[in-house]
Amino acid sequence: MSENKNSLYRKALLFTIVAAITVLIGTFVTMFYPMMRPEMHPKLENLKPFTPLQLAGRDIYMREGCMNCHTQTVRPLKADVLRYGDYSKAGEFFYDRPHLWGSKRTGPDLARIGGKYPDDWHYQHMANPQAFYEKSNMPKYNFLTNKKIDIDKTVAGLKVLGISYKPEEIEELKSKNEMDAIVAYLQQLGTSVSRKTVISVDENTVEEKSPLSGKSDAVAEGQRLYKIECVGCHGKNAEGNIGPAFADTQRTEKELFLLIANGSEGAMPGYANQFTREKIWALVEYVKSLKKQ
Amino acid sequence: MNEYQYDYQTVKGFIVSCLFWGVIGLVIGLLISAQMWNPNFNFGEYFSFGRLRTVHTNVLAYGLGIGAEFGIFYYLVIRLTKRPLLFPKLARFHLWLFNVGIALAAWTLFMGYSQNLEYAEFEWPIDIAVVILWVIFAINVMGTIFKRKEEELYISLWYIIATIVTVAILYIVNNLSVPATLFKSYHLFAGVNSANVEWWYGHNAVGFLFTTPILAMFYYFLPKSTGLPIYSHRLSIISFWSLIFAYLWTGAHHLVYTPLPDWIQTLGIAFTLFLIAPSWGSVVNGYFTVESDWSVMKNKYLTKFFIAGITFYGLQTIQGPSQGIRVISSLIHYTDWVPGHVHMGTMGWVTMVICASIYYIIPHIYKTEIYSVKLANIHFWIVLIGQLMFSITMWITGIQQGAMWKMTNPDGSLKYTFIETVTANYPYWQMRTIAGIIFVIGMLFFLYNVFMTIQKGKKELAAKLAAVNA
Repeated sequence: MSENKNSLYRKALLFTIVAAITVLIGTFVTMFYPMMRPEMHPKLENLKPFTPLQLAGRDIYMREGCMNCHTQTVRPLKADVLRYGDYSKAGEFFYDRPHLWGSKRTGPDLARIGGKYPDDWHYQHMANPQAFYEKSNMPKYNFLTNKKIDIDKTVAGLKVLGISYKPEEIEELKSKNEMDAIVAYLQQLGTSVSRKTVISVDENTVEEKSPLSGKSDAVAEGQRLYKIECVGCHGKNAEGNIGPAFADTQRTEKELFLLIANGSEGAMPGYANQFTREKIWALVEYVKSLKKQ
Repeated sequence: MNEYQYDYQTVKGFIVSCLFWGVIGLVIGLLISAQMWNPNFNFGEYFSFGRLRTVHTNVLAYGLGIGAEFGIFYYLVIRLTKRPLLFPKLARFHLWLFNVGIALAAWTLFMGYSQNLEYAEFEWPIDIAVVILWVIFAINVMGTIFKRKEEELYISLWYIIATIVTVAILYIVNNLSVPATLFKSYHLFAGVNSANVEWWYGHNAVGFLFTTPILAMFYYFLPKSTGLPIYSHRLSIISFWSLIFAYLWTGAHHLVYTPLPDWIQTLGIAFTLFLIAPSWGSVVNGYFTVESDWSVMKNKYLTKFFIAGITFYGLQTIQGPSQGIRVISSLIHYTDWVPGHVHMGTMGWVTMVICASIYYIIPHIYKTEIYSVKLANIHFWIVLIGQLMFSITMWITGIQQGAMWKMTNPDGSLKYTFIETVTANYPYWQMRTIAGIIFVIGMLFFLYNVFMTIQKGKKELAAKLAAVNA
């Protein structure tokens, strides 16, 4: 114990002041000082403010706590970019109050979800995720369909954020429900950066006919992969839903391969980033097996 | 021993309240742990994971954690200043406002009124209530410290002062937002800046709500319950100042590989690594305090709670900084490793020390002995097993997740689809639920023991009064 009468540990007020200064140093350097620098407030040229419908959707995204399971920032790491797309840029988040980067990926990152799937995919997946991924742990959000958008709240939000809007955009909200809003929000996520495909298959490198043709286990492997990734859009028994049924497909084997590998903008994502050629050919074999002879 | 007119009513009130909120928070924790492996445990909009996870973290952090801190600090401050609280009635009001506040706050989170800032989810009206609560607490505690009868400020008081000052700064700055409606506001800060402010807050909320207050308890109750003086006063001084200095620089380690400018990330990582030193200063101080007579581990039942607690603090403060390093972050960030890390801190360190402090305080206030040392020992071992099982399963599954996300085929494509990386966690998540149940059972032993001690104290007092009157 200090015997000194003038010790800091005997002067409560002085001690409190010194403690406050001590914690304010790091606070200033890492929090206040950066705030004064332009690099903390960048804005991409293509970035547009939220529309009233998108903002309503964002508010719902926040209300439901989606960020407890979904991040919104793609790291500049090989696997992240492969899986989700181009890494996140600081200038993409200019209108995000607060940021919704999140800290946990129980579900996938959503920073590049906008435009990856057609609207229908989101409507159906939000209502019943297990129809797309049988063992998904995402809760069902079908109740959003029955809820009207809180227009007064949305307008108040637009005003606070200083976002200009047209009266007809507000009028439009009256005919929309919360599901429409959240889908509109999701579909604009990450769209200020052009879509970047890391792996795509050059058609000149693809065989005309499936190299797995006639291999008995290829169909079974194709069916296994189909059940993991494809049932949502093409149906449990490939009867078709958002995407077509396979029974009467006119595509050649090579066309099927390229479609699965590279996708079709706005309709179907490509799978070359997460399926080897062998897996894609197995899927082609499965589709072939369903084709009416 | 001086017997002042100590106001123990408020202390008791906070302890009972924090245990009540603790049970609610733990039960919700069990529910959301089951939701992780079976979506059928989500019940409609109010009981879905997205809302409940926030209720779980906030009710336990604010209801159990801070509730206990309020109660225990009121106890510590009057003991260490050798005088009654400056405003006992204000403290009573503080207790009521606290309970009303937590109930309201929990309700708003069920309703989905959330700022979506982690550990600062409360919307602006609740934020105002929290600030009022904190100011009331600060006036009383700081006032009592300023008017103290004991000249020397004991180590615990340093940590209490640092907690009061820093939490006020953190909470007010991060919660600055512009209200749009009664329960909806937008953060004053946008994008990258919003993230930087939030994690400056978020990390230091851990530092100044779950580190410094618990150290305040540790430095008081370890010597009290062992009868051994703190090993080194000088080490306490060095650890204290370097801890509170370095902590505020480290928030950006939560934002590694995000679009936050690299220099802020690197600075955050560097200070995070430095933070090992002051953290271990307290760990070493704790060990060497008991080093002078390890027999207290056997003879004094509370010793093992504090030693286990400081051990997990030590492990936590090694693991945390290593997670900040870029290469490790790239593997485990966003995975279940992180909840494993967090729960080692909350279950192994924070709750362990809070429970031990309450075991010390309750018999002292009721002038009796603990109801059952045996039950306290059973409580100790059960929560220890539950917590270890929880953390270890989460570390394993976190590494698995991180690895599965990264793995590629020879042709450069990803080896696993996302859903495969999710379902691979299910067995571990189920084990985590079991671990949670074990932990909660341990906590029920604790509650029972505390409740019975209170009853015992009341009975003994009644008997004494009867004897006097007879």
